[in-house]
This record gives sequence, structure tokens and C-alpha cells, in this order.
Amino acid sequence: MKFCGTVFKYGNDVNTDVIFPGRYLKVWEPAEMAKYAMEDIDKDFAKKVKKGDIIVAGKYFGCGSSREQAATCLKAAGVSVVIAESFARIFYRNAINLGLPIMVCPEITKIVEAGHQLEVEPTTGEVKNLTTGQTARAKVLPPFILEILSDGGLIPHLQKKLKKAS
Amino acid sequence: MGKTMAEKILARAAGVKEASPGDLLDVFPHVAMSHENAGLVIKSFKEIGTGKLYDPDRIVIIFDHRVPAESEKTAEGHKTVREFVKKYGIKHFFDINTGICHQVLPEKGFCRPGEVLVGTDSHTTTHGAFGVFSTGIGATEMAAVWATGKLWLMVPETIKIVVKGKFAPGVYAKDLILYIIGRLRADGADYKAIEFFGPAIDEMSIASRMVLTNLSMEAGAKAAMIPPDQKTIEYVKSVTDRPFEAIRPDPDARYCQTLEIDLGTLTPQIAYPHAVDNVKPLAELAGTPIHQALLGSCTNGRLEDLEEGAKQLRGRRVHPDVRMLVIPASWQVYRQALDKGLIAAYIDAGAVVLNPGCGPCLGAHQGLLAAGERCISSTNRNFQGRMGSTQAEVFLASPAAVVASAVAGRITLPEVK
Repeated sequence: MKFCGTVFKYGNDVNTDVIFPGRYLKVWEPAEMAKYAMEDIDKDFAKKVKKGDIIVAGKYFGCGSSREQAATCLKAAGVSVVIAESFARIFYRNAINLGLPIMVCPEITKIVEAGHQLEVEPTTGEVKNLTTGQTARAKVLPPFILEILSDGGLIPHLQKKLKKAS
Repeated sequence: MGKTMAEKILARAAGVKEASPGDLLDVFPHVAMSHENAGLVIKSFKEIGTGKLYDPDRIVIIFDHRVPAESEKTAEGHKTVREFVKKYGIKHFFDINTGICHQVLPEKGFCRPGEVLVGTDSHTTTHGAFGVFSTGIGATEMAAVWATGKLWLMVPETIKIVVKGKFAPGVYAKDLILYIIGRLRADGADYKAIEFFGPAIDEMSIASRMVLTNLSMEAGAKAAMIPPDQKTIEYVKSVTDRPFEAIRPDPDARYCQTLEIDLGTLTPQIAYPHAVDNVKPLAELAGTPIHQALLGSCTNGRLEDLEEGAKQLRGRRVHPDVRMLVIPASWQVYRQALDKGLIAAYIDAGAVVLNPGCGPCLGAHQGLLAAGERCISSTNRNFQGRMGSTQAEVFLASPAAVVASAVAGRITLPEVK
């Protein structure tokens, strides 16, 4: 499950209103949601982001509303993993349930700047800045969460379990 | 060792003998609430593919975010949900003429002490005012609850907040909780529960208690609870015949942090742009010109809020440079406000009264702000772009401060006479 991509870096307390503004909550299609990702904090994000890119942020990423579109839009925009100093709990759950890997790494903002190339291995927590050579360690996700992520999210995970049971 | 409310309530809902912070439990919620995002829940539920609801009677759906529909897209969403509700026999469905989910849930008897309630809305913490462990989740997770009846929850640590003393005139529960958020900061209670204690909480009305638990979300709380007392039991019995078991914390329960607050020194507070933990005494911002004043929301749209606001009017009109919007939190509140002459008082003052719902609080419906405009609001969030333009500013304060400011045309302390 190794990820490698270009970093988009943000500060502390990035809330779900700026990740996915309330005016778009009526949108249900992930591909359309991707067009509005990060619109109120970084207008160019949706245009610039490429498949596999990585979001790095400070503490309490995803605070505010429970809207899961905040996780859906990032995944649909191609973001491979979000690494932050800490997360708000509802966003954390939503990201896992939608199959968007997220990792807690208290040192991350110190070793990475926007535009750097980053390599991340969720199963070991190893984080490497390919641009500078610096490394850091993220908290390893518990096995049951890694399983949900490797299944692609809660829905495919449940589908698999139901199939097994029948 | 004694147990907190979160530990006791979650253990019971998971069918285990006892639970401690950090335990991962499979919890079976008693109530599973969604609003317009029931549309997303339905989409995910269909993908899971069981085709069967675990228990339709635990599901509650209340339209409130965009009522009546402001666009064709919303109308289509509403229609999808109405059709699903009929097809699957979900009887607890409340359409566009009911009110905000966090006001309607208690009014209709869904907040029963000792139970677990999950909702696809972050301010689901509100229902802890009734001794419910109540928390927000996402739509996909709700679909799993609909299909399997359960979800995993980590048992949280709990912060104890003890409130003593009496409110000075012009100071309210809203000022208290804004002050607490300023102290704890936006993530001070992330992953944690809060329990409120003290003589000031005992004296507080049910409506004021709901202000505390509602806004605890803005300190990151997973749940925020007030141990049920006689007032709670009487209210709940007045709205439901369902039996319930009130659960209180043990006297020797273990808390991760204790905060003591004396109301004696508390003054009106305000949260300034663009974070709810940007809190300072309102007096420091007095005189700042405003363009809109919003009275309503799941935080402060109840009858006592409309009453306290109306007292500030004193027969005066809203300032000509200000648009004032009033949104009763529910149709029940709307009806009571009509009977008490409050709606007439606001209309005569030049305010616009809107249909009970979330309205402009989250920038999804009517009453938005243009670039450069400022709004003083009794709502719960002031994030950038929350109420329209990213160049607009939202200030959060009590209903009395909102109405006093609407009349003055600038941020103003509530008048006390």
C-alpha cells in the first residue's frame, strides 16, 4: 500500500467548510465533488492536483461538519493519502470508511514543504521526503482499520464480509 | 473504580459488563438520525446490498438543511428520500414543515436518557443535554448502521466541567460555552466526552443546557452530556411513553481533565472570524458595523432565545443598514412564538421570518452574505465562507446580543434594565 506523490501543504484547523463548501452539499457524484475540493482555502487545488498527490497538514485537519463529502472529494480528486499532525474525529472515521488513507504524524509539517515528493508506507508508518531525504514516522493504523482501507472502504469491506457469511 | 456516563452508556449499548477509555466496542445505537444527507445514506445502503434495514423504527429522517428545496437538485434529493421512506416503511420521517433535526428529535421524544444516538450531523452532540450518548458520524457509516444495526466506537475519556455561580443580566449559556471553547480551544475535546456539573447547570432550562451540548462540538467533543435530573426526566416523560433508564456518572468516576468556572465574572462573549475558538469579551468588539443579524439555528433558535431577543427590541426597529433574519428552530417553536406575539414583534421591527430550518447557518440556503459584509449570528460556526462569500465575516454571540446589535447597526452589548 505504498504511496508516492507531490505534496500540497496546509496549516492547522483546516475545516470541512473550506474542504467542501456547504453550497455544494446537494452534489452527490464524487467526480463532480472533486471539482470543488479545497475551493475555499486553495482555489487552484482542483486544477493542479494529480492522481497520487498527497495532502500534508498541521493539527486538527477536517474539523467542523460531519459532511463526508470532505473525504469523498479529496479521494475523487486523486489524493492518495492525507498526513496531518492530528485529525478531527468525524473526518478521521469518514476518510477510513470511504477508503481514503489518513495518517497521524506529529513531525510531518517540519520535514515537508509544498511541492516536495513524499513516499508513505501506511503499514509500517514510514514517511520519506524524497526531495530532501528527511524521514519521519507516522502512527501505524490498527489492523482492522488497515483491513477496511485495503478493501477500499466500509462498503466494499461489508460487501466482502456479507459474501463470506452467505 | 467509578464510571463516567460515556463508559456506562456505551457498555450497555454494546452488551458488555463494563468499558474503559480506549476500548473498542460494537455499539447498537437506539436512534439513527439523518437529514437531507439521508440521500447519500440511501446511495451507500443500496451499494452494501443487504436490501434490508436492521430496524426501520430506529431510523429518524428530518429534512432541515434546505427547506423548502432551494434548487432542482435538492428537490430531486428530497424526492429520492421520500420514496425510500415509503418503500421501506420508515415511520419516523419529518418533512420540510417540522424544523431543525436537533430541535425536532427531543420534541418528538427521540432523546431518551441512557440511550445511544448517532446522527449524520456534527451537532448531534446536542442530545447529551438529555443524558444521551449522542455523536455525529458520516453518511456511509450511517448506511452500515441501517444495514447492520451497529458501529464501532472507541470509549472516550471524559472532561468534567463544573459551573458555579449565577449568570449576570445579559449573560447566557451561549456566553458560557463560547468562553469554554476559548479555554479548551477547537480541538481541546477531540476524541473526548464532556460532562457538565454544578449548581448553575442544575438551575439551567432544558433549552439552555442544549446550547452547551450543541456547541461542545466546537471544542471537538465526541459527546457532551448533562447527568439527567428531575427536570430532564419530566421533560422526556412529557414527550414519550417509551421506558428509559437514566444513567448518571459514579461519584468516583475518573476524568482526564477538570475545568471549574465561576459565572460571577463572566461577561457577554463573542467568537470572531474565522474560528469558533477566537473568543473574546464582546465589549472589545463593540461598535463594529454589521450588515446582517441572524437569530436562529440548532444552537439558539428555541422559544427562550426568541423571547430574550425580543426583549432587546423595546419597540424599536432594526437598523436600516441591517437585514435581520429570524428562524424558529422548529414548527413547534414557531407556533409558540406566534401565540406569544414574538413573531409579530420581530415582523413589526422589520425582521424577515424564515421557515424553521438550518437556513443560512451553513451557507446552503437563503440569507447569504456578499464580500465585505459582516453578520452577527446566534449560530454555531463562523468558518471562512460558511455563510456565503469567503470575504464575508461571521461573529457568534447570544440571541440578546444579536438583536441588540441588529437595532444598533453595530456589535453591541445586550441592554440590561
